[in-house]
Amino acid sequence: MSTAANSVPQEFHPSMAGETAEFDVEKVRRDFPILQQMVHGHPLVYLDNAATSQKPLAVIEVISRYYERDNANIHRGVHYLSEHATEEHEAARRTVRGFLNAADKREIIFVRSATEGINLVAQTYGRKHVGAGDEVLITAMEHHSNIVPWQILCEEKEAHLRVIPINDRGELLMEELPKLLGPRTKLLGVTHVSNALGTINPLKKIIKIAHQHNVPVVVDGAQAAPHLKIDVQELDADFYVFSGHKVYAPTGIGVLYGKRALLEEMPPYQGGGDMIRSVTFEKTLYNDLPYKFEAGTPNIGGAIGLGAAIDYINHLGMENIAAHEHDLLVYATESLSAIPGVRIIGTAAQKAAVISFIIEGIHPHDIGTILDREGIAVRTGHHCAQPVMQRFRIPATARASFALYNTRAEVDALVKGIEKVKEVFA
Amino acid sequence: MSDLRELYQEVILEHSKAPRNYGALPTANHKAEGYNPLCGDHFTVYLDVEDGKIRDVSFQGSGCAISKASASMMTQSVKGKTKEEAEKLFAQFHKLVTGATNGDRDSLGKLAVFAGVSEFPVRVKCATLAWHTLEAALEGKQESVTTE
Repeated sequence: MSTAANSVPQEFHPSMAGETAEFDVEKVRRDFPILQQMVHGHPLVYLDNAATSQKPLAVIEVISRYYERDNANIHRGVHYLSEHATEEHEAARRTVRGFLNAADKREIIFVRSATEGINLVAQTYGRKHVGAGDEVLITAMEHHSNIVPWQILCEEKEAHLRVIPINDRGELLMEELPKLLGPRTKLLGVTHVSNALGTINPLKKIIKIAHQHNVPVVVDGAQAAPHLKIDVQELDADFYVFSGHKVYAPTGIGVLYGKRALLEEMPPYQGGGDMIRSVTFEKTLYNDLPYKFEAGTPNIGGAIGLGAAIDYINHLGMENIAAHEHDLLVYATESLSAIPGVRIIGTAAQKAAVISFIIEGIHPHDIGTILDREGIAVRTGHHCAQPVMQRFRIPATARASFALYNTRAEVDALVKGIEKVKEVFA
Repeated sequence: MSDLRELYQEVILEHSKAPRNYGALPTANHKAEGYNPLCGDHFTVYLDVEDGKIRDVSFQGSGCAISKASASMMTQSVKGKTKEEAEKLFAQFHKLVTGATNGDRDSLGKLAVFAGVSEFPVRVKCATLAWHTLEAALEGKQESVTTE
């Protein structure tokens, strides 16, 4: 690899004297086979982690071992493999419980993705509690997945969608929050970290204010889970969703956390096998949590892969990961800001390692194509957050988003790539 | 870099910076909107058509260099052509940018500079957006077209 061995500054390490191993990014990179390749004649520089992260060998091997040795359907067989697969699947649930610090593993529902988690809440809790004339409150920085499920609900129930505005830095206007929480507000949907702007929202404060108005809060944690330590009890979140594939696990597996009391009183989402206790044509009794919300054969291999991914994160230590990524954010922000014509969109005081940017006079799509030829993968477009683009009056941005395996040398490569973009358009 | 230079030819960059026939057309009797949801490219094509002939044409909107240059050069190349001639030209242009042909470049004239697009499959939609929109406008469709 072309990345420098000493690309992470030493001043980074003092805080890392915990029980976890010292964070060595070059060692970490060797855990990710996909990073060891050339793209268009250049070493791959993967900076599209907010779209999906790459997978470490620890995850790939656990999944392949599952299919080589343990594959069986779960929760029903009396045979060896089925018992074994069930145990592995439920062990993954316990691992996720620890990852979120949920009070009870029954509060962990396996779903397909963060998107499915939000849709589940909208279609169960939402349909039960939101009626004509009621309001659902969201923010101006939501991903489409935390907008559209609420629009569908509001349309069906003749309810209204209200939006908390953001400022020019991409921060929520917190003073608007109490004003928008009215007697008809039934739910607040808010992202923990903005995928397009990188903003980290003051979630604990938001939830506290919402609860003062008796409004439960659904948190989109898709962009937070890879970067921040999450404690749903400390946050007092009512619902919290995230996707496995953004935390180094496979696609097709995600998590919905819900407070037990809320999940208990919610009607089921989908009907089918596994979610029932007994079925007759007259009456069906639903299963206990979490199975009530897990109809049909689940993504067993995916759940086990997610468990392995969380083990991997825990081994490195989330504090170490966060510190490493914060260093990259600071370095990349400085480096990109120094390039004439480059403007960073999203300059919140609290940010995750996501940098959306535009270059004066050059469309993001052209930036993306030219960077790609340099082996650099960034996302270009509206990032499934069109209202955010409208807010900043831009059609699109280019976005570099960092993960635990990225290096300062890769930031340098991005800077050189941007110079190349400007050269082509000079 | 060489295939990048193939894609971002001087002519293309020049048209993207200073597009021709840009702006609404007061005499337009046909118009259509084109939208590329992937990257947000959004153009309106205005046509003044009489007796099956494109008397005047213009476009307006925003998009990447490829889509904007393609729209600009499209307006230049179809002005004065009949509906059939314009459609035939689009068919040849489409073959060029998808890499399906090499022989018809002469009939494409200046549009041949878009040959480099065929090396960038995800950019084909950018190069053809204005043409799809032209087609919709010629057919008098009122709804917007997308590249999806």
